[in-house]
Amino acid sequence: MDQLSNYLLIAAVLFSLGVFAVMTRRNGIAVLMGVELMLNAANINFVAFSRFGGMNLDGHIFSLFVIVLAAAEAAVALAIVINIYNNLNTINIDDASELKN
Amino acid sequence: MADLVFWFIAIFTIASALVVVLNNQLLYSAVALLFTLFGVAALYIFLWADFIAGVQLIVYIGGILVLIIFGIMLTNRISSVRLSQTNVQQGIGGVVSIWLLILLSLIISKTPWLEKQSFEPVSTVHDIGILLLTKYLLPFEAVSLLLLGALIGAAVLSREGT
Repeated sequence: MDQLSNYLLIAAVLFSLGVFAVMTRRNGIAVLMGVELMLNAANINFVAFSRFGGMNLDGHIFSLFVIVLAAAEAAVALAIVINIYNNLNTINIDDASELKN
Repeated sequence: MADLVFWFIAIFTIASALVVVLNNQLLYSAVALLFTLFGVAALYIFLWADFIAGVQLIVYIGGILVLIIFGIMLTNRISSVRLSQTNVQQGIGGVVSIWLLILLSLIISKTPWLEKQSFEPVSTVHDIGILLLTKYLLPFEAVSLLLLGALIGAAVLSREGT
């Protein structure tokens, strides 16, 4: 519990799961969930390094900014997903390939 | 005792993240994401980051998760119970992410981490507030502008007939 590597390992597992979700899921919202998992893993790393680096609060500030950016990203991404659904009647991101070719 | 709680929370977080990634019902994934975010907030409390844990609960669970559930509701026909979705290329995706996990854990366990002695603060809110309004004032203002832009952009994007 009082070891840096434990937290880093948990964050590594969460990050790999997020990568797996982004690579394999085909629903736009499910991909978004994978991105959230990856951002959470990065946040755990920031806070853990801050805690084991002499309780320097710069890491906390950085993870605050990451949370704010995640909120902005989720809002815009969901607006895009709903727009795709209205136009193409699907949110399978493999079908949304109008810009291809 | 604290050790036991810590490992329970760690396993709980990872197990619910697995459900998020592997479940075929999209709504179940969203509910499992709720538990994952709760587990991460508990990890923040173990790391003495009380303010970040609170922000995690408010912004992630109160904001982003509700947005995601709204997104699921708006893009699926609830009545026809087709909230499921499938994963593609699970084999190669699994190989790549497991390889990534092995690589990361090797790096983490082989590196001799320097750990400074630190003391548990009474509360981090006071110091974070001072830092935000002195050293990080410019990024703070920039991020508030970005939030405003994202808000307006999302409203414009999801308007009818654009």
